Amino acid sequence: MRNEPILTITAPAFTLPEANVDTDQIIPARFLTTTTRGALGEACFHDWRFHGDGSKKAHRLNDIAQGEARILVAGHNFGCGSSREHAPWALKDFGFRAVVTTRSADIFRSNALKNGLVICEVDEAAHAALMDRDGLEMSIDVAAGNITAGNITARFVLEPFARTCLIEGVDPMGYILAQGEAITRFEAGRAA
Amino acid sequence: MPSPARTLFDKVWDAHVVTPEREDAPALIYVDLHLIHEVTSPQAFAELDARGLSVRRPDLTYATLDHSTPTTPRAPGARPIYASPAARHQVETMEANCRRHAIRLAGWDSPDRGIVHVIGPELGLTQPGQTIVCGDSHTSTNGAFGALAVGIGTTEVGHVLASQCLLQRKPKTMRVYVDGELRVGVGAKDLILAIIAELGAGGAAGHVIEYAGPAIEALSMEERMTVCNMSIEAGARAGLIAPDEITFRYLQGRAHAPKGAAFEAAKARWAQLRSDADAVFDGEVRLDASRLAPMITWGDSPDMAAPVDSSPPAPSSAKMTEALAYMGFKPGEALLGEKIDAVFIGSCTNARLSDLREAASVMAGRCVKAGVRMLVVPGSEAVKRAAEAEGLDAIFRTAGAEWREPGCSMCIAMNGDSGRPGELIVSTSNRNFAGRQGQGVRTVLASPATAAASAVAGAIADPRRILEASHAQ
Repeated sequence: MRNEPILTITAPAFTLPEANVDTDQIIPARFLTTTTRGALGEACFHDWRFHGDGSKKAHRLNDIAQGEARILVAGHNFGCGSSREHAPWALKDFGFRAVVTTRSADIFRSNALKNGLVICEVDEAAHAALMDRDGLEMSIDVAAGNITAGNITARFVLEPFARTCLIEGVDPMGYILAQGEAITRFEAGRAA
Repeated sequence: MPSPARTLFDKVWDAHVVTPEREDAPALIYVDLHLIHEVTSPQAFAELDARGLSVRRPDLTYATLDHSTPTTPRAPGARPIYASPAARHQVETMEANCRRHAIRLAGWDSPDRGIVHVIGPELGLTQPGQTIVCGDSHTSTNGAFGALAVGIGTTEVGHVLASQCLLQRKPKTMRVYVDGELRVGVGAKDLILAIIAELGAGGAAGHVIEYAGPAIEALSMEERMTVCNMSIEAGARAGLIAPDEITFRYLQGRAHAPKGAAFEAAKARWAQLRSDADAVFDGEVRLDASRLAPMITWGDSPDMAAPVDSSPPAPSSAKMTEALAYMGFKPGEALLGEKIDAVFIGSCTNARLSDLREAASVMAGRCVKAGVRMLVVPGSEAVKRAAEAEGLDAIFRTAGAEWREPGCSMCIAMNGDSGRPGELIVSTSNRNFAGRQGQGVRTVLASPATAAASAVAGAIADPRRILEASHAQ
């Protein structure tokens, strides 16, 4: 089993400068009663976009078309809080293909990369410059670890295995199961 | 040549490496205990089905129902009434997946059902030196036993179901050393809120925290669980505490703990699980417990915490300004006396027996202020039974609080237990994120004593006033 390789992403940027955006903001818990993947775009940032009665709030997220490819430029410590993988699912369903930030939360980053949502952690100077590019085109070279936007170039480093999975479409489950013999050996060693 | 000094974390990690970490690939780590619940597992089981895979070690997997489950009181044997058809379907999917894969489930008819992080320790499933994973960020609770317990995503739940292994880069280590002694009215919840305020919401990202020092060693197991539970709120991968006699006494006689000679042998093994004296941590933070006051949060992130008798700081960032606006608090204005709408005693942070005792000691002979709603939700069926056996339920009921069935309830508010927009809720849970307890709800995190004192006052209150008055009598 192989996934579709992700080599480059080119899309308009969408900026959310808030720090510590937690996964309850990305998708409120009441939308987690699902048992399948997909169809979470409407729930993405739901309470930032909608009032309790379902009417739209005046939030910039409501000015962009759901499902259209975007690159999210987000604040520090993006995705903190719960381990819900529904967060990257919702972001992808909403149209985001990548998140550019100074630092993302550990579990969120791990979940996102397993779902082809590329997480680019850049230095503060580059981040500040990219935060000024709302609505403008941005390009990410996943293999090279480069972001280009206008005359800005920023570098990011992916965990090497996650990078291989993205650019070669390697399936982590297949990779783990291929180590079945080592797992069996480990279990036998402990039973002894 | 002597082997290099290792931390407790290093020792647990090293004992579980199936294939070592390389530059191009993480380590493959063996998992001793995989806890699962209804919210983060259905898509993982679906993935197994789609690939024709089975569960490798159902005997190392244990399931419960907690997040989507109603906590409304019901007669014995009565069917639960779900908040939505989707919630019911999610629970039934968990039941079906467990049946199909021969996984033990603490379901509706089980005396063992409860919040996943409460029942693991309670049943003795959680043991020192283990690796424990669960599709839930508060899995770190189990670290109180000297286990390496990490929260994972649903894709990884699938990996562990199929292989009993997890791909992991070795995290860095941080020691949080707490000296001194906690004063009357100041507990484990206050301590961890103070630690998170010190570290910041992302301050321990990429690290496993070891909590150490005299103030940590003095804590009971339930208090240690409260501390380790909230490690994730500082961004930590996990939090752990070296096992000691307090740990061993807690475990002895638990349903799944070793028995007899096996327990003695295990104890000797467990006693080795401590950081070497000269072990080096990547980071170190020190606190003095004797300087701490009861803590509450004033913002919408758990690191925005301050002594209950203080006031929110002047904002130094846009995030702080927005948080104060959301909460309706003003810098320099006392938090004490701020009128509240509800109180929630519960969650994997503070719904164990000692937490309910702490709240009940404040409530005894007092009433919930008129107009304030108070929910008390035990962490498990076992906690509920024990609390009822010593009459805690009667204290809460007499005071005017609701005594409910076990579950996550108003901590995550996905089972129908939620507040209304604008309400201010003092909660013993772990997250005060905007909307966490219902859209537009404002959450103040606090200890069970502070939450109970606030219920009585109908406003944010300092539990020391009540506790000191009780002592004086």
